[in-house]
Amino acid sequence: MSEIASNKALESAKKDQGIKGHMSESREKLSLFLNNRLGMFGLMLVVLFFVSAIFAPYFATHDPFLMNIPQRMSGPTLEHWAGTDQLGRDTYSRVIYGGRVALKVAAIGVSISLFVGLLLGMLAGYGPRWLDNFLLLIFDSIRSFPTIVLALAAVALLGPSLELVLAVVIVTSIPGYARLARTSTLALKNTEFILAERSLGAHPAIIMWRHIMPNVIGPLLILAAMDVPVVVTIEAGLSFLGLGVLPPTASWGTILNEGYLVIRDTPWPIIAGGIPLVLTTLGFTFLGEALRDVFDPRLRKGK
Amino acid sequence: MLHMIPGDPVSIALGPRATPEIQAAYAAKMHLDKPLIYQFLIFMGNVLQGDLGADVFSDRSVTTTMAEQLPFTVTLAVSAIGWAALVGIPLGCLSALKPNTWLDRFTGVLSVGTIAIPSFLVSIWAILLFSVTLRWMPVIGAGESGNILDQVHHLILPAFAVGLGWVGYLARMVRASMLEVMGENYIRSARAFGLRSRTIIFRYALKVAILPTITLIGIGFGSLLSGAVFAEIIFSRPGIGKLIYDMVLSRNFPVIQGAVLVTVGLYVFVTLIADLVVSWLDPRVRDSL
Repeated sequence: MSEIASNKALESAKKDQGIKGHMSESREKLSLFLNNRLGMFGLMLVVLFFVSAIFAPYFATHDPFLMNIPQRMSGPTLEHWAGTDQLGRDTYSRVIYGGRVALKVAAIGVSISLFVGLLLGMLAGYGPRWLDNFLLLIFDSIRSFPTIVLALAAVALLGPSLELVLAVVIVTSIPGYARLARTSTLALKNTEFILAERSLGAHPAIIMWRHIMPNVIGPLLILAAMDVPVVVTIEAGLSFLGLGVLPPTASWGTILNEGYLVIRDTPWPIIAGGIPLVLTTLGFTFLGEALRDVFDPRLRKGK
Repeated sequence: MLHMIPGDPVSIALGPRATPEIQAAYAAKMHLDKPLIYQFLIFMGNVLQGDLGADVFSDRSVTTTMAEQLPFTVTLAVSAIGWAALVGIPLGCLSALKPNTWLDRFTGVLSVGTIAIPSFLVSIWAILLFSVTLRWMPVIGAGESGNILDQVHHLILPAFAVGLGWVGYLARMVRASMLEVMGENYIRSARAFGLRSRTIIFRYALKVAILPTITLIGIGFGSLLSGAVFAEIIFSRPGIGKLIYDMVLSRNFPVIQGAVLVTVGLYVFVTLIADLVVSWLDPRVRDSL
């Protein structure tokens, strides 16, 4: 009797320890992250990006579309913090509203390509050989197009629009996620717990969703954080060329585009339109790298 | 793909005044009345014979246009990657050899900073600083043909803009692989044998550490081309990127089709060359082939 009781006590003690061990592990990770100064700086910038885009009307000092021709192309003043553009619109407010376009493209583009890439990658890794080869062929052909060239070709076909920018972003980022998901799935495919599931007769879809997905998604989320700047840059670049978001919508790209046309008269729109782009890129890069260092030290060597 | 276009190529080519008979004749000449798969097969057959089709407006051969424009893009890409390698690789080496010194920190900040600024933004800001404010550099064109100095003068800013991000990228990459290599056993043995550190670094370490960088340049050539597209448009330089952009605006589909095909071909070719160079330099890869 007493033996059993002591065994039970031992077990519950073990359990306690296990939980505590887990707790301290996640707490350790948190403190690792909190102590990563660049990571915290990145997180700050990212939060700033989200907050200023979502609450744009509260941050903006003027209506971004309000024209004021007599005051056009002024430098920074107390009233217009970043000066005005060629139509007398307040550049600072336009930059704040431009963040909304960037956030929209980043959020929709990255989440859809993450989801589709995860799905296709797991299918390629877990599914039959011919499907794997077929999907790999498609991924490689997409990757053989320089993104901007593909985007230009797509614009030639369909005309410029925000939706098209999104489509280009999604199509070109899916292969990255899918390849990562595929590699991890292949590694998991023959582990014992998956074999056990399979011999118990679990449906492949359930195995993939319940057992493979949670093990695969971590690195993909980190990749997603690192992918945001790429996406935001593509949007700004295409809009700068006049092939993405069209004026009068304020986007960082269109601000740069309009500023570039009056570069000899005022430098301010170009400076103000570029800085948020740099800050966003820096923020997500630092955040992504900090997350990677904390969660997956193995990846540190890779890139 | 190029056939899902809103806008009939026949009416663009011939203008609004063309009679239906002329339109039909043109469509027959360009095989536009045939099924899509037939058009595709004819196109691929022509490509294999070096014929990319003809410009819709001027009826010039696209192959000739590409042959004119390609050297400009290649010059830009090569000089951009060239200066980036000349600065980035030594920086990466030095900071790997002296980790945690001020030089290493400087390289770290520099590489993150240069990677964070998109190349088109570098182009715009460089124009603002060097051409508009300081008036040191020309903004537009590729320089007079025949005048090498003038052409180099026109090349400096675009090459700077396209290459800047690569300086940081290469420095980072070389630093990481150099750190790894310097920890290997054979480097320690070389030290134990009393070889001079310069011999160790250049003869043994760098030779191995440079390999991933070459692959990286090969793979990154696509993003280099994207950067070149922006630089060509912003600096109004002739080249494939500017060509595609102009043709997109004027909906000149045969030229776009040819230019995209050539770009992708170039990319695949460069990746292949990079792989070949690596296998030539690295006996481990060479033997596994």
